[in-house]
Amino acid sequence: MKGERKIRVLIAKPGLDGHDRGAKVISRGLRDAGMEVIYTGIRQTPEQIATTAIQEGVDIIGLSCLSGAHNHLFPRVVEALREKGAGEIPVFGGGIIPVDDIPALKKAGIREIFQPGTTIPDIVRFIEKLVHEER
Amino acid sequence: MKAKGNPGRELKRWEKTTLADVLKRFPERRKTFETSSGIELNRVYTPLDMEGFDYLKNLGFPGEYPFTRGVQPTMYRGRFWTMRQYAGFATAEETNKRYRYLLDHGQTGLSMAFDLPTQIGYDSDHPLSEGEVGKVGVAIDTLADMETVFQGIPLDKVSTSMTINATAVILLAMYIAVAEKQGVKPESLRGTTQNEILKEYVARGTYIFPPQESMRIVTDIFAFCRQYLPQWNTISISGYHMREAGCTAVQEVAFTLADGIAYVEAAIKAGMDVDSFASRLSFFFGCHNNFLEEIAKFRAARRVWARIMRERFGAQRDTSCMLRFHTQTAGCTLIPQQPDNNIIRVTLQALASVLGGTQSLHTNSRDEAYATPTEDSVTIALRTQQVIAHESGVTDIVDPLAGSYAVEKLTDEIEGKALEYIERIDSMGGAIKAIESGFMQEEIIDSAYAYQKAIEDRNLIIVGLNEFRTDEQSLRDILKIDPEVERYQKGKLTKVKTERDSDRVETTLAALRDAAEGDGNIAPPVLDAVKAYATVGEISDTLREVFGEYRES
Repeated sequence: MKGERKIRVLIAKPGLDGHDRGAKVISRGLRDAGMEVIYTGIRQTPEQIATTAIQEGVDIIGLSCLSGAHNHLFPRVVEALREKGAGEIPVFGGGIIPVDDIPALKKAGIREIFQPGTTIPDIVRFIEKLVHEER
Repeated sequence: MKAKGNPGRELKRWEKTTLADVLKRFPERRKTFETSSGIELNRVYTPLDMEGFDYLKNLGFPGEYPFTRGVQPTMYRGRFWTMRQYAGFATAEETNKRYRYLLDHGQTGLSMAFDLPTQIGYDSDHPLSEGEVGKVGVAIDTLADMETVFQGIPLDKVSTSMTINATAVILLAMYIAVAEKQGVKPESLRGTTQNEILKEYVARGTYIFPPQESMRIVTDIFAFCRQYLPQWNTISISGYHMREAGCTAVQEVAFTLADGIAYVEAAIKAGMDVDSFASRLSFFFGCHNNFLEEIAKFRAARRVWARIMRERFGAQRDTSCMLRFHTQTAGCTLIPQQPDNNIIRVTLQALASVLGGTQSLHTNSRDEAYATPTEDSVTIALRTQQVIAHESGVTDIVDPLAGSYAVEKLTDEIEGKALEYIERIDSMGGAIKAIESGFMQEEIIDSAYAYQKAIEDRNLIIVGLNEFRTDEQSLRDILKIDPEVERYQKGKLTKVKTERDSDRVETTLAALRDAAEGDGNIAPPVLDAVKAYATVGEISDTLREVFGEYRES
């Protein structure tokens, strides 16, 4: 895999939720695993996230939401990407997401939902696999 | 082999003989043992660790300076802590039902959770509120919602804590207005507004205005309450959220008290005498897993704060030096795997906070790691407190762990390390500068990352997560907020807007703008606007136009 461009990841916090421990810990973990990570900071709209992802040319987007607004916000990010012609950028998510909500989120185009207790290596493996399949 | 004579010599003898023999055959589980704050623990503590220990100076008696042993002379022999479960969800009607349920089951104070739009000053029909209405707390748009929340709950009989910061002045005004309608005078209201904006920039994220403007609102509330709500806790200086964001026990004490210093300085700068407001300052800490470290943390925090108030700010009254605090057990220690184990974690944390001398307590529910708690699980959480209070016996002696070599040593070490941090923050120009430069945020994320690594490397075992795993499913019977709530709330808002006197709304908002642009206290005009049924969003927007908005850099 040497010589290949580093994987670029956007970690984003959609909505009004300010709990960013998870987003920041994941960002640092992915950086330590050799990826380039852009973290949006809190209170981003789905449109802002899609725009940043396109401007930064990222390979993948990770969303974090702990307020319970994920059913509304996560699919909107996918829609915003599609509207801007960047529907190919894969999106995954995490936070406080009830198990029962996962099927609908996946149907809406979210590739994976990580539950509390997920390790950083789990996410690294997921991203590497997905990005290399898509490249 | 009788232990006679010099303890130091005897300790050396013990190490060479009894201990050495055992270590040869049975090595210890680890090379070193550390607390969450990186304090290295001795194998055993002895009178040798108490050298220089001055009982009267360091501990004194309960209810007396420096309050290491507690803020009241009788502590729980007189009255138990306030059992205060944080609650609020969906609509005002649902929340009212939950509050009455909790009060009927022996809860002694209310603790109000608001949804994010209310906390950040957006009405339920604002585009940014979509998907968030009624989640994580109750949606409040106008006084009408607040009236519903407290229907049938006499406000002179309960104390109410409100987790509200950037919009604290608005929600406090609504509370006063509801009381007035019940015929209750402001001076008999008891409760707390969190009103603690600094930690919002660091950890919790519900800021609206830039720091300086926010500090003005904070001190306006101090001044207003000093005059009209003498029993109100004007602020809850909070370490809890920084702890939840990942900091250590030492950092929690240090950053919270550094923020406290900034508030005291701001109030003095606004022209208030320290003894006229300091006794209404209250604090809020988390209680994490490391039992003894947490107990020591609370004791150290009381002592450090007392000395700051007396030595740094020259507070004369003892009540100005008292660190009174609320505790919440640490949500970040709860996991969805084998969720019933969370009840045990919460029990230990609650016990530590009681042994640390808390004034009020929220025990998390087992499902609180991933949902708004159901009635069943919130009942268990409340029962946990009642069992500790009535059955454990720890409440019959004041500060029962005082004099424990280990606890006193840990208390000293936490104090020392916290003071080092506070000095560093002072040298940066104080807490506001340390926050603006990102210092606290960086320190916290370093600790959070180290914690995550420790779990992944299995240096820290979390039962059911990285050891003792089963295939047990997460609780599925969790409370979900019906998406219908958002539509209902929007409808209610529209109705209030059509029925209210819009001229009166405009006049009161204009008066608020004048006060905000000048240097008058903004609380009285906010109260007028609230009584005219101006919305949280309208009042916040008026202030946004004058104060501007803060953006995370």
